[in-house]
Amino acid sequence: MIQPVSDLPLWAAIVVAVFLILGSALTLIGAIGFLRLPTFYERLHAPTLGTSWGVGGIMLASMIYFSVASSRPALHEILIGLFVTVTTPITFMLLARAALHRDRAENNGNVPEKHQHDLKDVEVVQGNPDEK
Amino acid sequence: MSAVILLTAISIAQLLIAIAMAIASVRMFRGPRAQDRIIGLDTLYINAMLMLVTFGIGTGSTIYFDAALVIGMLGFVATVALAKFLMRGEVIE
Repeated sequence: MIQPVSDLPLWAAIVVAVFLILGSALTLIGAIGFLRLPTFYERLHAPTLGTSWGVGGIMLASMIYFSVASSRPALHEILIGLFVTVTTPITFMLLARAALHRDRAENNGNVPEKHQHDLKDVEVVQGNPDEK
Repeated sequence: MSAVILLTAISIAQLLIAIAMAIASVRMFRGPRAQDRIIGLDTLYINAMLMLVTFGIGTGSTIYFDAALVIGMLGFVATVALAKFLMRGEVIE
């Protein structure tokens, strides 16, 4: 590994170090929760620690480091942060819907049925609940 | 002094992210169902992206940023395609 710029001022080094360790520690906590939580729908929540403050902390550290080291604003890391912040809810909602669809198709009792009361009403009115 | 602080922090951050990647790959190999494996893959590539950014801070070169951006975009597309496959049974309909 090449030595980092050694003439970085002390406050910048401390701020960069704090953000780096904050981000990576939150990523690790999210991964541990991802390993230990019992069901899929609970496990879905844990990795978002890594994608919110994990990405945010490390991107902030990188932005501060390159801005101070090259003595001009280097803000291109904000692209990764914005992209991850926008895309993570999309992927996790798609995966949760896919898992819900699979659990309902297998009918294994892990998830509630779809619109229980609506089906009863339909049955009363039409007498044919399988159509809906 | 500041170099020592930076190097120590970068080493600790890389160690923590490497442990997180190991845990994500454990869940990816052990996960009871397909959706657990996909979430494990998602966590794994996000952590690999963070690891590349810490490498970029350590070496002081901005070329790692481009690799991290490409990993983020292609990983998103891969996860969406896999979720779509789980939902419908085919990716493009």
